[in-house]
Amino acid sequence: MGVKLLLENDHIEGIRYYDTYRKHGGYRAAEKALKMAPADIVEEVKKSGLRGRGGAGFPTGMKWSFLAKPEGVPRHLVCNADESEPGTFKDRYLMEFHPHLFIEGLLVSSFALGSNHTYIYIRGEYAWIVDILEQAIAEAKNNGWLGKNILGTGFDCEIYVHRGAGAYICGEETALIESLEGKRGNPRMKPPFPAIQGVWMRPTVVNNVETLAAVVPIINMGGEEYAKIGVGKSTGTKLLSVCGNLNKPGVYEIDMTISVEEFIYSDEYCGGIPKGKRLKACIPGGSSVPIIPANLLLKTAKGETRIMNYESLSDGGFVSGSMMGSGGFIVLDEDQCVVRHTMSLARFYNHESCGQCSPCREGTGWMYKILKNIEYGKGKISDIDLLWDIQRKIEGNTICPLGDAAAWPVAAAIRHFRDEFEWHVLNPDESQKRNYGLAHYADPIHVPASA
Amino acid sequence: MSDQKFKVTVDNITIEVPAGTTILNAARMIGGDVTPPAMCYYSKLKDSGGKCRTCLVEVSKGSEKDPRPMPKLMASCRTTVMDGMEVKNITSEKVLDARKGVVEFLLLNHPLDCPVCDQAGECDLQNLSYEHGSESTRYEFKRRTFEKEDIGPYISLHMTRCIMCFRCVYTADQLTERREHGILERGDHAQISTMLNKSLDHDFIGNVIDVCPVGALTDKTFRFKNRVWFTKPMDAHRDCGNPKCNGKVRLWMRGEEVFRVTARKDQWGEVEEFICNECRFEKKETKDWVIEGPSVINRSSVIAQGHYVGTKASPVLIDKVVGQQPKYLMNIHDVSDVNRPDVDLSKIEGPAHSDDFKSLNKG
Repeated sequence: MGVKLLLENDHIEGIRYYDTYRKHGGYRAAEKALKMAPADIVEEVKKSGLRGRGGAGFPTGMKWSFLAKPEGVPRHLVCNADESEPGTFKDRYLMEFHPHLFIEGLLVSSFALGSNHTYIYIRGEYAWIVDILEQAIAEAKNNGWLGKNILGTGFDCEIYVHRGAGAYICGEETALIESLEGKRGNPRMKPPFPAIQGVWMRPTVVNNVETLAAVVPIINMGGEEYAKIGVGKSTGTKLLSVCGNLNKPGVYEIDMTISVEEFIYSDEYCGGIPKGKRLKACIPGGSSVPIIPANLLLKTAKGETRIMNYESLSDGGFVSGSMMGSGGFIVLDEDQCVVRHTMSLARFYNHESCGQCSPCREGTGWMYKILKNIEYGKGKISDIDLLWDIQRKIEGNTICPLGDAAAWPVAAAIRHFRDEFEWHVLNPDESQKRNYGLAHYADPIHVPASA
Repeated sequence: MSDQKFKVTVDNITIEVPAGTTILNAARMIGGDVTPPAMCYYSKLKDSGGKCRTCLVEVSKGSEKDPRPMPKLMASCRTTVMDGMEVKNITSEKVLDARKGVVEFLLLNHPLDCPVCDQAGECDLQNLSYEHGSESTRYEFKRRTFEKEDIGPYISLHMTRCIMCFRCVYTADQLTERREHGILERGDHAQISTMLNKSLDHDFIGNVIDVCPVGALTDKTFRFKNRVWFTKPMDAHRDCGNPKCNGKVRLWMRGEEVFRVTARKDQWGEVEEFICNECRFEKKETKDWVIEGPSVINRSSVIAQGHYVGTKASPVLIDKVVGQQPKYLMNIHDVSDVNRPDVDLSKIEGPAHSDDFKSLNKG
């Protein structure tokens, strides 16, 4: 059994309501934190080594310490609950079943950052969760955890839930800020970063739901204790939302010390692949991160066992590794077609591009059209190189990371599954009737003896 | 703070600029071809820039204090210089490669209907493609089209030509009291539009024509009247009743006939001062204007090839910073009979006609 922090009380019925949550130790962290100096809370979070759980994995404590604190200008904490990455649904679980843990994390973080008006920007499709959160906020307010002069500390805090309208791009922090301000959700040019000029040009911190919830155990157990869980720079626990060809898809909390193989095959977690099928490929961190074949997923290119944490998953860079990302673990078995899979991702990014900067606006649609041709047996061999060239010209040349997110899956699919693309092009009729199958993608990779 | 000077090096040419200057503006102070092209940035419009990605440059040294290079190519129009910064534009293979990619992306869905486009000859995209594009496209799909929209009696909107620079949106936002138009939809089907087919009517809305880098917004009163390179640019002014307009314009004439009125543009293709609709659309008689004389055209563009009186070539620095002569896809003078350097268009009376060039040829 791994350590559980966020989902520790998951089995308790009614944990989403205030009374039950409070009875099981809820709002202890808030009590403790409100007696601390805000700077000490930031220090604890720094010590904990907590990394942003939204995808980029930026150290949260460091992000908090960047927040500008000019005299007389209000600061804001904004929670990014616009969880729209295909394959990621961990924040939804947290907000739906543990709203008070989340509100408590928000309260502690707001106190640490000095935000009197804190916003939750929630994905529009999560309509029913808005009600859950608003109920939880009302309960917290009735019990004196929100509002004016909380616990007599003189600290005021209001939390507002703001619903998005269904755009993936509004999960990018500056687009989220624009949307929150009531404008079109186009990412802003950086600098200035939100820590200097964010919502209404005031200093702002934007954090993921899981990141803010993780502040609660950090305060309860202390930053140093929290940092002892996990390995290296991957401290604490991480929620993973697992889907695809697995016996037990769902949301799991791991402590980042177990191997990928154990995670997929053990009964405690995903429970293996249905019908005894073999593993073909996996996207370990949500649709934007590179897809890797089975042989590179279970072992790194150096022949080491791959562990479910930030460092190990990205071992080998994009050449032979991937990323932890937002924790959307998607598993593909031997019956899945990588070309079709890449096509549907390309379609998604084409649809979700905001259209502000040229490489992403034009390039994503172009990639989708080419992939559609290849998938439906109308492709040419030269199309594969063309795809590679398009993704190369999008990556790194756009305003926001959506361009990179659109380019990486295509790049990784071509890098690792080129033969499958070629097979599609060379066998236009056969590819419409059957899949390429597992081929050699699970074969052990020859590891050169290291010096 | 304001009189602090920063040293910045663009393509091995060092210049001192005030703190807060962007890389693009620093490069413009040097001038010539080390200046990155800009399709969306417009110095007169606040918040513009950063979108088209044609002005990407490589920052090979961040500053004197922090000499690390920047990991990605930077949009020079939105990146301010630091003291000791070193920037590579035409000396960087990476930049030229990325820029070629951006031009390809911009032309992907562009109809390339230059032969029937009123903007041809003074089109930023045309200039950009001559300089940085490839001779053919790798795009094999149907180009994007839009439903035609009528936005009033003065301005014609061709959404298919639009490259989404947002300049017109900023113009409408910043020059007019109420928002006239904006962007509808998202991604590759985003379009500029007035809500529900409203027409654009405001004293200064005509300026969207001048700021448009392509032929998406053109002058309806000049529509299909003439090719711009057959008209002569003349500086002129009048006493304009509008307090915000100073009446200083450029007339595009043929003989004694005024074909078109635009604002005066500087060497970067930006208007010097915005003009009102009355000057632009209503005053098309020579008697309405006090003509000052032929305009100086000093930007590197297709129209600058037209050899008017006072045409100034922009400095060419590429051989100095790269050490070799650039390769052109085509030299217009080799293929065109009507654009001969020895024929001065300003001196031809009346409309320029191919006969003028032929007779000169014989003579």
